[in-house]
Amino acid sequence: MSTQFKYWEPYVSPFDPCPPIRIKSYSTPPNLYMTFQPTGLAQFQTPREALHHGTLWPELFSPYPNPHKWGEQDG
Amino acid sequence: MWYYEKKLQYPVKVSECNPMLAKFLIEQYGGADGELSAALRYLNQRYSIPDKVVGLLTDIGTEEFAHLEMIATMVYKLTKDATPEQMKAAGLGAHYSNHDKALYYENAAGTPWTAAYITAKGDPIADLYEDIAAEEKARATYQWIINLSDDPDLNDGLKFLREREIIHSLRFREAVEILIEERDRKKIF
Repeated sequence: MSTQFKYWEPYVSPFDPCPPIRIKSYSTPPNLYMTFQPTGLAQFQTPREALHHGTLWPELFSPYPNPHKWGEQDG
Repeated sequence: MWYYEKKLQYPVKVSECNPMLAKFLIEQYGGADGELSAALRYLNQRYSIPDKVVGLLTDIGTEEFAHLEMIATMVYKLTKDATPEQMKAAGLGAHYSNHDKALYYENAAGTPWTAAYITAKGDPIADLYEDIAAEEKARATYQWIINLSDDPDLNDGLKFLREREIIHSLRFREAVEILIEERDRKKIF
């Protein structure tokens, strides 16, 4: 399964006025990796769970905000 | 900063006196999917996007200004020798009353360019998808202008510009692929 967030390190100048944010992240939800949804994709166990997640398929769920801290492997 | 080269990216030749084509071409000058929108969109988005794709936005944004010059040259050639009567007959009477022969950042219907045509969402995926859509819309606009024009020399320049939209769209899609690539993960074979 693909990772849900990617990280990058912007350039930091010695003359920046504010304390730098050294690592920035952006969301890469699973739809970006699925050109066409395959048939028979596994579904959540209960309708309640599916409703809560907003989708029938766990593989298409995208968490936000980032539940993992920087450095941990997510997804 | 920029260096200026005093020539067009691709030669512009207009062989028929048809000021009405200028009215249609102005869509690519100051329209929503025109070259000004494209240049300003890319050159603005590049500040907050991951550094891997900043260079691409700088290069394509710069090329869009070269395209803007080509469109401007076409419009100027088509209108510079037109009489007020010819301007009126070409549907450019309203333009003439406001601007004489001056070019203006407006669309084919005369609506002035607005920053509302472009966005900067800050999310790199959303911004690049907008760029891909913008290139496809610009390609379509060139197609409709070519359909309206029967000047083969002018169409030669428009076909060049249409092809550039196709290449830019591919480059932006490649940029998305770079940004969604799983680089942090260790590959196990």
